[in-house]
Order: sequence, then structure tokens, then C-alpha cells
Amino acid sequence: MLTFVARRLLHAIPILLGVSMLVFGLVQMIPGNPIDLLLPPEAPPELIAQMTAAYGFDKPLHIQYFSWLGRTLQGDLGYSIFTGAPVARELMSALGNTFVLAVPAALLGFALGVGLGALAAFHQGTWIDKAASAFAITGVSLPHYWFAIVLVVIFSVTLNWLPAQGMGFEGLPGSFAEARSLVLPVVTLSLIPMGVVARVVRATVLEVLNQEFVATLRAKGLIDREVLLHVLKNAAPAALAVMGLQFGYLLGGSILVETVFNWPGSGNLLNLAIFRRDVPVMQATIVVLAFFFVLVNLLVDIAQAAIDPRIRR
Amino acid sequence: MKHEAIIDEPMVEVRDLHVSFGKGAGAVRAVNGVSFALRKGEVLGVLGESGSGKSVMLRTLLGLLPAHARTEGTVTVAGQPVLSLPPDALRRLRGSTVAMIFQEPMTAFDPVFTIGRQIAETIMRHDRVGRDAAMKRAQELLELVAIPSAKGRLANYPHEMSGGMRQRAMIALALACRPSVLLADEPTTALDVTVQIQILLLLRRLQAELDMAVVFVTHDIGVAVEISDRIGVMYAGRFVEEAPIEALVDAHAHPYTRGLLASTVHGQRKGERLETIPGAPPNLAALPPGCAFAPRCRHADDRCRAEAPEPRVVGPSHVARCHHLSAGR
Ligand SMILES: Nc1ncnc2c1ncn2[C@@H]1O[C@H](COP(=O)(O)OP(=O)(O)OP(=O)(O)O)[C@@H](O)[C@H]1O
Ligand SMILES: [Mg+2]
Repeated sequence: MLTFVARRLLHAIPILLGVSMLVFGLVQMIPGNPIDLLLPPEAPPELIAQMTAAYGFDKPLHIQYFSWLGRTLQGDLGYSIFTGAPVARELMSALGNTFVLAVPAALLGFALGVGLGALAAFHQGTWIDKAASAFAITGVSLPHYWFAIVLVVIFSVTLNWLPAQGMGFEGLPGSFAEARSLVLPVVTLSLIPMGVVARVVRATVLEVLNQEFVATLRAKGLIDREVLLHVLKNAAPAALAVMGLQFGYLLGGSILVETVFNWPGSGNLLNLAIFRRDVPVMQATIVVLAFFFVLVNLLVDIAQAAIDPRIRR
Repeated sequence: MKHEAIIDEPMVEVRDLHVSFGKGAGAVRAVNGVSFALRKGEVLGVLGESGSGKSVMLRTLLGLLPAHARTEGTVTVAGQPVLSLPPDALRRLRGSTVAMIFQEPMTAFDPVFTIGRQIAETIMRHDRVGRDAAMKRAQELLELVAIPSAKGRLANYPHEMSGGMRQRAMIALALACRPSVLLADEPTTALDVTVQIQILLLLRRLQAELDMAVVFVTHDIGVAVEISDRIGVMYAGRFVEEAPIEALVDAHAHPYTRGLLASTVHGQRKGERLETIPGAPPNLAALPPGCAFAPRCRHADDRCRAEAPEPRVVGPSHVARCHHLSAGR
């Protein structure tokens, strides 16, 4: 198991390097020059050249890449071209804000998804299956922003129970009252993970239920709860794989949901950076998100191997 | 025979059992009127081609059929009416008084739990003991079925064992709560011939030691003769002949039984199905009105095709369903 973990960690390094090159390259291909956006059109050419040199945009691409990579590895993410603020600080705060949404949204979505999926599978073909599956499909197919607005209209405007917009706190919520602003965005964000996980869990549990060993479990006289444990543990690796992906997406933040709820998260940050051609912010955000994505998938790999001994090799 | 049956209650008693899947004309009639009784310490071999309803019949004895299966008749196992038992009582019977061994030891174990854990959980469920005591008993069971270094093997996952060893572990699992009835569904079919013989000898020894009643399903007549006291020959979901082992070998009455015995003369190899009887097994969704074997039988006449034969006594504890009983000799 330890060698498995070590090998997976080593595998992650080339992946991350590749990702960093890709990110750097793609950002370079975005049309429009950040300096042009920053300076007025009538700026003298000397000033443009000076600014271009200051940001290192005049150097050959590979030199730019390696110096950027070197700085990034040391934790220096540079300064925003637009605001001049350190990218690391903006990114930390935006990622943190997305985190406080993503973690509860994932927990809620995964719990509901596993519950609905397993329920549907164990009652395959009955109205319970149909109801649970319909609920799950609705979850993935509803337009996100539309659902968010409906929630706001019902719970904020009409009932006045929950705040419609904004975080109302910094970092982590300090009290239940502050945490109220989390409810609507978290519920909105949990829909897709719920639906996707429910579908995968249903399919996987059905597959497991068709395996011969389930007959053995029943022939042993185990109670339903014990049979369920066996079935879920067998279905877990497949479910974890989609959960890892879904959590990765959540960390990227949803531009639409963050816009509706005026939530200063990573989706907002990236969106803004793209509009402003703010290359350092864009690169840093994407690379850090990609890093988390790789990290989450690494954890999923390890969890899968811990659950299913046949995966460890 | 009748007299003895009154003295000690049968451990398994099946009366006119019918099992079908689906409704109406297209229903698959897997079991069509099986009756037998099995006493303590007795081994009944159930012999038949693939698709003759052996597994379905065996699973019915433990109430393990899928929900869409329809059953008729009575099944009494260890004094319990299995077909009408409430789920909880059925669950308590399974794994404790009545245990089952499956054909494929690879797929019969849960791949993501250790062998020790899978044996121990049965013991913990039925005997209400703690995990340590259950694990200790699991180790004793692995020793009982002659698995070397049993203690270490407890921590093995199914895929870490050889096929023969897995089947030994399966037997250990079945014996975990000292069952009085053992149901074995082709437990040696998936194994090499040498391993197959070892497992049969092991089963035979344990059966005698624990005085279990065993229903042993197989398509291999050599195996059936090796392990059984009596044999029921199954065709299209019926026992076409049932007899003590000597009578079946020496004085079989049914043409189908004769076909089966003849097929072994040509030397049956591992995994090879009984195919020397010409023709195909019947379609269980469209059984003929008469004898189900008639389309493949050399002796069949109009009566065979029109009217299903009733069981007739041929000798002591020897029954056969055929209009031409002597033709089987
Ligand atoms: N769950 C089920 N649903 C529908 N039909 C079934 C089901 N289980 C078994 N059958 C049908 O019942 C018939 C008897 O099957 P069974 O498994 O008892 O045969 P078998 O004698 O055990 O054969 P084998 O030697 O291949 O194991 C087959 O035609 C099979 O298709
Ligand atoms: Mg079978």
C-alpha cells in the first residue's frame, strides 16, 4: 500500500508539469494584449515597451515559462496587472470563499446522491426507483442559475428567511446567523453532484447486486444492513471516482452561481481575470485549481486502493 | 424406508414443488413437481443436464429465489416451512441450520473483504459472539478444512487464494455455524480433477463427522456416485428417477438415466457436459404435454407424447417416471 501511494505521488509530478505548460501556453494564445488594455491607446511606444519589459513579456516564451514556473514553485504568484495586488492574496481569499461553499455542497450532494442511488437500485423497477431517478435527473438538468433565482425568490424575497446575496462574513462563518448566507448557494451547487453521483451509484449498485456473492451474503443469513455494507463497499470505488471529479469542478467555482449570489469565489476571480486579460491572475488561478484537481484525484486513487485490495499493485 | 422415515423426521421434505419465472404462456417452468425427503446424515445427489432446474430447486430450499419467481408446493427444511416463513425467521435459518456452497468460489466471496472477516461475520450474526471469538472460530474452521497456515490465511482476500483453497474456505464458511443441512450447488465443477477429488473427500468426511443431511447438485455422474447415498435424476424440472446409488447404477429404469450412465463410459472429462444423448434439452418455456424426454427418447410412442408419466415404484426406495420402465435397463 505504501509503495502504491509513493508511486502515485511520483506519477503526479509529470502530470502537474504538463498541466503547468498547458496552462501557460493556452493563456498565451488568448487574443488581446494585457498592456494594450492597461494603457490608453495614445500611450507613447516607449511606455508600452517599458511596461512590456517590466512584466517580462518581451522575452522568448520558454524563458517566460521557466521563470514563471520557478517563481510559482516558490509560492510567488506575481502581481495582478489590473489591480497591482499580490495574486496570492486575491487567490487565497477567492479559493477560501469557494471552499466554504464547495465542501458543504459536496457533502450534501454526495450524501443525497449515494442515498438516492442506493435506494433506487435496491428497489429497481418500482415507483421508488422511478421517483429517486427522476429526482436525480432533475437535479442535473435544471439550469443552475434559474434554480438559484427561484430559491432566492422563494426564500429571500417572499419568505424573507435567508439572505439573497453576499457572504456576510469573511473566511469562515462565525455563527449560525452568518452561516445562513451559505444555505441557498450550497443547495444550488449540490444539485449536480447529487444527480451525477446518484446515477453512478444506482448503476454500480445494480451491477454489484447481480454478482454471485450477494447470494452468498443472503445465504449466510446476514441482515439487510450488513448486506448493504458489503454492496456499498463494492460500489465505493466507482462512486469515489465521480465524487473526486465533481469536487474538483466545485473548487473551480461556478461563475453563474457566484454571480447570482454575488459570491467572491474562484469562479468570479477567474471570470474577471479573463475579461481584464490579467495574465498572472489567470495563470495562477488555473494552475492552483489544476493542482487541487490532481490532488483530489490522487486522494481518490489512494482511497480506492484502500477499499479494493485488487487495485493495489 | 417408510418405516424409518416415521422414526426420525426428515431434515428436508419437498412436496410437489413447482417454480416458474414470468406469467402466462411464456413462463419459464424451471421446476415441475419435485418431491423428495432427506433424513439426517443422508446425501442426496441431484443429477441433471445444464438448465434442468437444479440450481433453482436448490435455491428454493433456502428461499433464495428472486422476487419474480412463483412457487407452489411445500418445502420443509429442519422443520420450518421455508416457502411461507416470515423474512426474519428465514434469515435466522440461513447460514445457521441450513448452509449453502456455491459453484464458483471466486465469485461467491465478496472480493473486498478478507476471508476471515467473511466467515466471522456469519458466526457473529448467528452465535452472538464478539469479533475475537468469531475470528478464532474462523481459524479453527480453516484448520478443519485443511488449509495450511490458517491463521495467516484469515487476512487473505479471495483473489489471493487458489481455486481449491477458496472452495475449502467456502466449505469452512458453510460449516461456520454447524449446519444440519448442507446444500451444495456443483461445488467441484470449477476445479481441476485432482483438486475436485480432494474437495469431495473432504466433504464426505465432514458430512459424516457432522452427520449432515446434504443435497449435492451436479451434472457429473461420477461425482454424484462418489458422494451420494441416493440420486435423483432431474430432467426438465422433474425427478425422472430416484434411487439408492446401487439400484441406480445396476437397475436403472429410465431411458434418460441409461443415457447418462452410457455417457460416462465414453470417459467424461472435467467441465464436459452430458451431451452424448442426442437432441437438445427441452425448452422450459414450452414444455410438451406428455413426457418431457419423449422428443429425445428412442422408446417414445404416442402415449409418451400425450400423457406425462406418473412416478412408479420400481424397487425398494426406487421410483421412476416412465411409460416404458423396463426400457431403461
Ligand atoms: N432468476 C431467473 N429468472 C428467470 N429464469 C431463470 C432464473 N433463474 C433460472 N432461470 C431459468 O430456470 C431454468 C433452470 O435453471 P437452473 O439454473 O436451475 O439450471 P441448472 O440445472 O442449475 O443448470 P446448470 O447446470 O447450468 O447450473 C433455466 O432455463 C433458467 O434460464
Ligand atoms: Mg446450476
